[in-house]
Amino acid sequence: MHMHLDALKPGQSAIIDRIHAEQALAQRLSALGFRSGKQLEVIRQAAFNGPLHVRIGSTDVIIRLQDAKAIHVHPLSNQTESTTA
Amino acid sequence: MKRVALLGMPNTGKSTLFNRLSGASARVGNWPGITVDLMSAKILLGGHIAELVDLPGLYDLHGFSDDEHVVRHFLSHHAIDLVLIILNSAQIDRQLSLALQIRALGLPAVLLLNMEDEAKRAGITIDAQAMSKQLGMPVRTISAKYGQGCPEALQLAAQTLLQQPNLVTPETIAGKLEMDNAIEQEMHQIIDRTVHFPLQLNHSLTDRLDKVLLHPWLGLPLFLLSVFMLFQFIFTVGAPLQEGMAWLFDSLRSEALEPALASLPTWLNGLLLDGLYTGFSTVAAFVPIIVLFFLVMSMVEDSGYLSRAAFLMDTLMAKMGLDGRGFVMMLMGFGCNVPALMGTRVMRSRPMRLLTMLTIPLSLCSARLQVFLFIIAILFPPSQAALVLFSLYMVSFATIFITAILFKGKFASREPFVLELPPYRFPTPQQIWMRGWQEVKHFLARATKFIVIGVVMVWLLTHLPTTAVPASPETWAGSIGRFFSPVLDPIGIDTELAIALIFGFVAKEIVVGSLAVIYGLQGDALSHQIASNIDWVQGMSFMLFTLIYTPCLSTIATLKSESKSSGFMWLSLAWSLGLAWVISFLFYQSARALGY
Repeated sequence: MHMHLDALKPGQSAIIDRIHAEQALAQRLSALGFRSGKQLEVIRQAAFNGPLHVRIGSTDVIIRLQDAKAIHVHPLSNQTESTTA
Repeated sequence: MKRVALLGMPNTGKSTLFNRLSGASARVGNWPGITVDLMSAKILLGGHIAELVDLPGLYDLHGFSDDEHVVRHFLSHHAIDLVLIILNSAQIDRQLSLALQIRALGLPAVLLLNMEDEAKRAGITIDAQAMSKQLGMPVRTISAKYGQGCPEALQLAAQTLLQQPNLVTPETIAGKLEMDNAIEQEMHQIIDRTVHFPLQLNHSLTDRLDKVLLHPWLGLPLFLLSVFMLFQFIFTVGAPLQEGMAWLFDSLRSEALEPALASLPTWLNGLLLDGLYTGFSTVAAFVPIIVLFFLVMSMVEDSGYLSRAAFLMDTLMAKMGLDGRGFVMMLMGFGCNVPALMGTRVMRSRPMRLLTMLTIPLSLCSARLQVFLFIIAILFPPSQAALVLFSLYMVSFATIFITAILFKGKFASREPFVLELPPYRFPTPQQIWMRGWQEVKHFLARATKFIVIGVVMVWLLTHLPTTAVPASPETWAGSIGRFFSPVLDPIGIDTELAIALIFGFVAKEIVVGSLAVIYGLQGDALSHQIASNIDWVQGMSFMLFTLIYTPCLSTIATLKSESKSSGFMWLSLAWSLGLAWVISFLFYQSARALGY
């Protein structure tokens, strides 16, 4: 199954497929550790459809839904097996 | 002289290390890009003096932010003998790329792995020797916070300086600063071979705190509650200290200064005692509270809680055309508007930056805090003091919201919001102390300069011409007050308060001192006089006006230099003055209409 990061629910993990963003955002994401093949986990979401709190490797990142849309992911089955890529 | 550049990602403790190595005290914050001014220091390195330059924190050399641009520009325009790279051990898997980028430039470098303690707690172990071999670069683990490994790191740097003279010119570097994809692959290889990660990262403490503090519904109320408690703490501890200081200055005057200066001519005696001394001592009495305020602020800033506040507030900020970072800048503005304005450099989109800069001057800064503490103590019983102060902070937020909502159409932008959430950190007492002391020094320097000039001016205005009774309507000050009375009467501000407001335009630190000079009184006598002259409605109106109108000349100058636009500066000036008047007017007239 293929979807965008903004559609993941808190507690769900996924593998990054590819990142489709304009250059500045792509650079920032890559510097924060977002690369294809890496595993990430959505920890929580802020109230009122707020930003996501995402853990990737040992880094915690907050990202708006609109920007999370740029990240294409393959969700993992629902048990959270938090290993690092 | 050898030049050594300190380079690292945001939130790696780079500023802490710089402070430790330089002995100076730079600001340390948990906010990416807070070190925007390039600081440098002379340090002793292997028996020679070397220049240590603190470059802005950056994620990689090829990024597009202002800070990344500054670093690239620096590396391709200035000769450097050695780069000290500082990385966060707990996040080594993604930070190592920076070291490889520097190595690819051919610059001699030493890699310092900071926050060893945090990495250990997370169960990460790093084989520094193996990493050094793989990288072909000296590697050393350190703790910038506690100082472990720092002397050894300096020794390593001195050795490297001796053994590896830099043969790369800035021009070559400029050429090499092209993207190199091979870096990534090699990074993964080295990480795989030298770093052991536990299967489940032990984030447990930060996770447990986050579960409560970032709770979807409880998070924001908890944040506001903790801010309120901090103010309550500052008030409870600070007020008695302030009274003690006031008493001390009072006694010094009556016991020592008055007898000593009795032989001087009346006018000189008046200028020195009622002008300079009264003005200065009234302000100086606030130093303990300011010290407390900055100690608390620096603790919050270094703790990692501010980035959480950005997370909690982002949805609301988005509705105003801003983002969570703007909220953090406003909170920093509570300390001083000037660094908060400079901090907006982390925003790449100009409209968003301008909109944020338009709202920051409405943050209730420490200089205004001091005016409010003074007025509140006079006009409100202690049981209500913290509540009144808190409501002023809420008004500060409200004006920020109004401003952003009204202007977001004019400054529309679409900037990505992606931000790192650092783990919670507990700043060491020394770190808090250094930071707090730096701020206090800054406050005192500003305050002294402005206050001495300001109170002398106020004294002259209230005592000239010599034929007039001091501070009466016949003095120059009286004329100025009459001139403004059509505008200021409807908001309940009398001549005395008007003079204070005019001088408050230069800097809010002057306001309290000039009130003391205007009334020619200090300590309890001054409080009684003000309490009998104005009621709480007038006092509140005065505080509202003080809160909203232009904070100080430094802020205006910073607005102009950061926006590079006089038009923007005038817009900010006119808007805040107009808003201040309208809100004071609404408050004053409705309170009176309700019979208060």
